[in-house]
Amino acid sequence: MKAPLSWIREFTPVDAPVEEIAAALNQLGLEVEAIGEPGRELGGVVVARILDVSPHPDADKLTLVDVEHGDGQTRVVCGAPNVVAGMLVPYAPVGATLPGGLRLERRKIRGVTSDGMLCSARELGLGDDHAGILDIATVEPSAALGADVRDVLGLDDTVFDLSITPNRPDAMCIVGVARELAAHFGDGLEVPVPQVPVDPALATGIRVTIDEPGRCPRYLAWSAPVSVGPSPAWVQQRLVKAGMRPISNVVDITNYVLLERNQPLHAFDLDRLAGRGIVVRCARSSERLRTLDGVERTLDGEDLVICDAESQPQAIAGIMGGGDSEVSDATTEILLEAAHFERMGIARSAKRLKLRSEASARFERGTDPDGVAQSAARAIELLAAIAGTSAVPKPVDEYPQPAVRPKIRLRTSKVNGVLGAQLSDSEVTASLVPLGIDVEGTGDELVATPPTFRPDLEREIDLVEEVARRIGFASIGRTVPKPREQVGALTRHQLERRLVADALVGAGLSEAVTLPLVAPGTLEVAGAPTERLVRVANPLRAEDSALRTRIVPGLLQSVATNQARGLGDVALFEVGHVFLAPTTKKKQRLLPDEPTHVAAVLAGGSRRAPVDVDRAVDAYDAVDALRAVFDALELAAPRLVPGERPGFEPGRAAGVEVDGVDAGSVGELSEAACAALLVTPPAVGFEVDLDRLLEAPRRDRTFVSPSPYPPATIDLAFVVDDAVPASVLADTLRSAAADLVEDVRVFDEFTSDALGPGRKSLAFAVRFRSPDCTLTDADVAELRGRCIDAVVRAHQAELRG
Amino acid sequence: MKLSDATARLEEAVAQAHDAVATAGSVEELDAAERQLVGKRSPAAEVNEAIKELPAEDRPAAGQAVGAYRTHVASIVEARREELRSAATESGGGRLDLTLGGHARPRGHLHLVTQVQRELEDIFVGLGYRIAEGPEVEDDWHNFEALNIPPAHPARSMQDTLYVELGAEEQVMLRTHTSPVQIRTMETQTPPIYVVAPGRTYRNETLDARHSPVFHQMECLAVDRGLTMADLFGTIEAFARRLFDDESVRTRFRSDFFPYTEPSAELAVSCVFCGGEGCRVCSRTGWIELGGCGMVDPNVFAAVGYDPEEWQGFAFGFGLERIAMIRYGIDEIRTFVENDIRFLARY
Repeated sequence: MKAPLSWIREFTPVDAPVEEIAAALNQLGLEVEAIGEPGRELGGVVVARILDVSPHPDADKLTLVDVEHGDGQTRVVCGAPNVVAGMLVPYAPVGATLPGGLRLERRKIRGVTSDGMLCSARELGLGDDHAGILDIATVEPSAALGADVRDVLGLDDTVFDLSITPNRPDAMCIVGVARELAAHFGDGLEVPVPQVPVDPALATGIRVTIDEPGRCPRYLAWSAPVSVGPSPAWVQQRLVKAGMRPISNVVDITNYVLLERNQPLHAFDLDRLAGRGIVVRCARSSERLRTLDGVERTLDGEDLVICDAESQPQAIAGIMGGGDSEVSDATTEILLEAAHFERMGIARSAKRLKLRSEASARFERGTDPDGVAQSAARAIELLAAIAGTSAVPKPVDEYPQPAVRPKIRLRTSKVNGVLGAQLSDSEVTASLVPLGIDVEGTGDELVATPPTFRPDLEREIDLVEEVARRIGFASIGRTVPKPREQVGALTRHQLERRLVADALVGAGLSEAVTLPLVAPGTLEVAGAPTERLVRVANPLRAEDSALRTRIVPGLLQSVATNQARGLGDVALFEVGHVFLAPTTKKKQRLLPDEPTHVAAVLAGGSRRAPVDVDRAVDAYDAVDALRAVFDALELAAPRLVPGERPGFEPGRAAGVEVDGVDAGSVGELSEAACAALLVTPPAVGFEVDLDRLLEAPRRDRTFVSPSPYPPATIDLAFVVDDAVPASVLADTLRSAAADLVEDVRVFDEFTSDALGPGRKSLAFAVRFRSPDCTLTDADVAELRGRCIDAVVRAHQAELRG
Repeated sequence: MKLSDATARLEEAVAQAHDAVATAGSVEELDAAERQLVGKRSPAAEVNEAIKELPAEDRPAAGQAVGAYRTHVASIVEARREELRSAATESGGGRLDLTLGGHARPRGHLHLVTQVQRELEDIFVGLGYRIAEGPEVEDDWHNFEALNIPPAHPARSMQDTLYVELGAEEQVMLRTHTSPVQIRTMETQTPPIYVVAPGRTYRNETLDARHSPVFHQMECLAVDRGLTMADLFGTIEAFARRLFDDESVRTRFRSDFFPYTEPSAELAVSCVFCGGEGCRVCSRTGWIELGGCGMVDPNVFAAVGYDPEEWQGFAFGFGLERIAMIRYGIDEIRTFVENDIRFLARY
């Protein structure tokens, strides 16, 4: 909200420098977002009268305007549509300054010299209106030619733009802000009692019936004769500075009181209310009402409506008035509504109708039920001053169950215990009283009674916060507590997730963060499972309409982004959650499974020339990266099982098995996925369930003394079926000679016609070593024989040399 | 000299020859070694000289032994000569341009957010905290209800929250903050509690320069007997000083409102770029806003069954991207999820 300092000073004589006031507001939690000084940058702009308007010779939309400015006459070029002879306008001559530091110079516009310019409201820093030149007569019809517009328009002011937290409806008005400042600076707050021209002899004839007292605890109706017209300058200035548009004196006054006292008011044209009465009831299902903004609204039974005596809806209670009973120039008598509505009901209706107004924003935060009559009186006082309202009858005030102020126990020890302060009970009391909170008692037996305009004060802790606001957080100390019963540390899994990322970084991959929100089609095309897809209920874009079940599709999209930017060689990984809807077996579970996956994608090539050769990435690069993960975790026996994997090229992929369970895939990513996601192949990668890896058995790390005896290495080549993986043969070799095998390495693989179709040759170097003796030739020959026998038997292999 | 002496001398010389040849580091050294092994004063020459003193029947055997020795030495010298020659060729005449690169793929980079997250985790571990974790898809209870956020609260609106199609309407959502981890931690542990909870959070926003549907937060929760607001402020100040590695960093707190803490405050640190004088980074205010904090609201304790008379706690939270943006002058949040390898490689 915007709070002009000149308005605040009507209620408290605060005279501190602007910076100190801003600091106080910030400390109190009324955050200052901006400080406007509309007149500060404005210099030399004066009131002028338009003498004549003629067309520009070379431009359709421009006019030549002759003005009289108190110190002679001149001509300016103007682009606004609303200039007419006789109009009073703000004239900025050459040398004048405007907000934003603009200094006017004489210049030619389409061949005609303009001696300065005429200004819109926005150009003067006075609101957002830029539709035309400001008509000064609407603000001050008797302004003298040549007078400084800062004086005429009341621009010499400071306006605090405040961000008010939702728990503080009381601070959403000038009096509320003044109350806080009065408390802070100790200046005192004075809100004058409105003087109302009530004539008790007048009969109002108005009847108010509240059918829903729970939803509408108080309804005050006041009839008043009015003469509708524009508001005087001082009212308009204040509204404009507070960010509202002046409309007519009657409407402006309801807004003025709303801004001043946080009490939304509504003025009905009383002649349009059938039966001169008010009924407050719930809407009937599908009942319709055209609101002030011209929109036809369909209501439901939860919405509260204000009806005339014939039960015809005339307003949506607390949210917006209806078009039929709107005040117009022809209005001669109004019914002024000042009411209190229950918060949640207004919030629900405003949300359902998607209709938020200045009124609903205040009612749903909570207004002051006890302040209703005073605010209504203030409006009548202003109507009497500026809208020709003479004598009024007494109001009809239906308030069957007046609000009860809560009594809250407050312990000084609790205040100090929470704040870490050493305040006395009298200091606690002194901090609360200026806020309108009554406090009685001493020590730990204080009883605080908050005012009805503070719906946020219900509990002891709420009052502790009030004390904190008042004494200021700067006065609270700084201590660092240390946990006494635990040692700070990462868990083993947390450490290991770090290790995995570090290993991949070491292997040359960079960590990506991709959006877990994806299009279902993206998952499908990349071979990710979709049978347990979790869909987003309210996505902004189709691309964000589901949660990923795999990370690889997102990584491919990031690869595509890089390739589109001319960055072809990309190696990315990500560690993150994937989402799988609960299975039917776990019906009681509401939330999806969220396993942590680690995935990588490598595309383009690896550039190593001239030291090595450049080459395109291949599936072995993905295996290398995956091995880095296995190594980081010291997995006991991770296995790659060749086979078809969704999302991968057939024949160039393997499943990843840990502890006998499938944990993911590795290999060359499918051309279809690459094509659909705009990735230039080749692209390779892996994705594994990291949770599963973390749970898998680890390598035995019991100490074994490295044998000091010499090794014996033999080479063995076998011809086997093409489908037998090298790793399986190696496993057979390893187990054939058990403890004496120190290392098995494949060093050759080839196929040829000579071997026969579907056959291949695999050559291994097997290193033997005994822990307790030097192996003899005979030992080695025996081991060699065992190895050969085992492989030949297990894999229908033939020994080749 | 007898025949057995001669052959023993040659066997000994073979062993020496292997050592001498293997240790020759250049062609020149190898030539010198060869002269010593087969030249005029070599063991071969010595034995050759002694042959004429041997009995006639032993002379052929001795001659053959000398010949075998010469052949063996020649072969190992030649092999070594070949090794030295190819090494010289490979290295361009002995000189290597080490600026050309290496064999391995160059090291990659952790994402900037991960780097910031680890840094913060380590600071809090140093203060004695543990790291807590929770799911990214949450239910209404943990994300809102237990945090004292009532059903009509604006934070729950469809504009802010991404709901998923599980359970009843608006019952399951992508967590909008890391605060639900507070609730999960308190539901499963008994106090005292000292944890931080980093993680991904979600908002219903379309990705652009200033908005991202996904970002990271870190939440701190401490629950113990007698914890005060001074403890909260002191902890934040200690952490901020470690984060910016600057013991002169000051903290500023201003009253604010969050449903799950009371009293609540907005937290700011003195600008580390200008020392509080005012600069572009801090919008000339001298202060950088980092996040929100406060004392755990008694309603939150009630939701998890803690007695608010026995336990007091504090909580604070902030955005990880924001810290990275401040530190490195990054002005587009979109950068964090685009994964441009130039961005990744910069940090």
